Amino acid sequence: MNPLIEFQGFNKFFGQHQVLADIDLKVQAGEVVVILGPSGCGKSTLLRCLNGLEEAQGGSLRLDGQELLGPDTDWRQVRQRVGMVFQSYHLFGHMSVIDNLLLGPLKVQKRERREAQAQAEALLARVGLLDKRDAFPRQLSGGQQQRIAIVRSLCMNPQVMLFDEVTAALDPEMVKEVLQVIQGLAREGMTLLIVTHEMAFARAVADRIVFMEAGRILEQNHPERFFTQPQSARAQQFLEKFSFVESLPKTLHKELS
Amino acid sequence: MSFDTAFMLSTLPAFFKAVGVTLQVGVIAIVTSLLVALLNATILVLRTPYLWRLVKGYVELARNTPLLIQLFFVYFALPSLGLKVSGFAAAIITLTFMGGAYLTEVLRAGVEAVPRAQLESGRSIGLSEGQLLRHVILPQAGILSLPALFANFVFLLKETTVVSAVAVPEILYTTKNYIALYYKTYEMLAVLTLLCVLIFLPLSLLLRYLERRLQHGQFGH
Repeated sequence: MNPLIEFQGFNKFFGQHQVLADIDLKVQAGEVVVILGPSGCGKSTLLRCLNGLEEAQGGSLRLDGQELLGPDTDWRQVRQRVGMVFQSYHLFGHMSVIDNLLLGPLKVQKRERREAQAQAEALLARVGLLDKRDAFPRQLSGGQQQRIAIVRSLCMNPQVMLFDEVTAALDPEMVKEVLQVIQGLAREGMTLLIVTHEMAFARAVADRIVFMEAGRILEQNHPERFFTQPQSARAQQFLEKFSFVESLPKTLHKELS
Repeated sequence: MSFDTAFMLSTLPAFFKAVGVTLQVGVIAIVTSLLVALLNATILVLRTPYLWRLVKGYVELARNTPLLIQLFFVYFALPSLGLKVSGFAAAIITLTFMGGAYLTEVLRAGVEAVPRAQLESGRSIGLSEGQLLRHVILPQAGILSLPALFANFVFLLKETTVVSAVAVPEILYTTKNYIALYYKTYEMLAVLTLLCVLIFLPLSLLLRYLERRLQHGQFGH
């Protein structure tokens, strides 16, 4: 089967600085791929390239067999098939929840209001926020806003969803409600590309872990194997830093001066 | 010290007319300034080649020269270039020249105050640049610029008193006339001050109320 997404020898520069180098990555339809790596390793940039928010400088990127790195690419059309959810939700502050959800379906896809609204309301109900239909983003908690942002992308009926550290700005209590929504999508067989620092979540939801550093993919592995026996030394080091917090010994003595 | 209340009252009909002129000059200047500013702000936001430098130059020139000098230039200097205008026309042209520059900056700042992330999130659902402008940027920029916009409206209206210098019969000109004719300096300036408070204060309050209503309507507190 042809992969849904295929990066080949993909390169990206910010000025002189190379942020993505020779990326080769294939994602099959229905697969959940979690990208891990230290800050600044290029994992967010990789997602943004797939949505046309960043321009690439070389290599090839295919979506469902169609090459995207040409001058003829209609990114508006591609973006309808590739949903993107951001760290800080970025809902439109001057619009109610339902208007946020309907802007794309009505203006971009020119769908009929009744049908689009029925879908939006069904999705809202699914994430437990139907009662917030007419609220404004400012009246909602971060977790609620992020769930709405996910629904906003889903309303476009995308083929793949990109999640860019979507729980990084949330209080711990709200992380759960957002992760549950994402896990629900994974269970339904939606293709997901997830950038996150939630290690337990990555292990639970991923079909495959991609580990990146300094713009390169160092390792692709099954989640259980990645978390128990990572192949690359850099990944081992990375995981040790995360487990350091969990195994932090209790402070026993305090010297009071 | 005598205070001639009867005289003050007798001047009121003349001041009625004068207030009418002040409001007329002010409202026309606000509307034309806003039109100039909309055009200029669009040029600045889109960074239209060459034109945006021209607009930048105009804004700096208009904001860094005194209104009275601009007015004298239009009224006294332009005729020698063969462009003769009435006092009223000179008033509108000058106030538009200055007001347009201030409002340009207000609108530009409003657009720039819309977070860049809003643009990305709009693009990510496939909005075109035009749709982005219409549904995401302009509504938010409008709300963000309202306070500064309204403050500048009141400022422009107050600045209309400067055009008394070219014999436009607005409130300050009328006041100076009475002072020159009857030497009732104290009474006339008292009438003028009172009139200013009566016109500008309710207007400021009304605009502040409007601003709150509009922001409430848009962001729903």
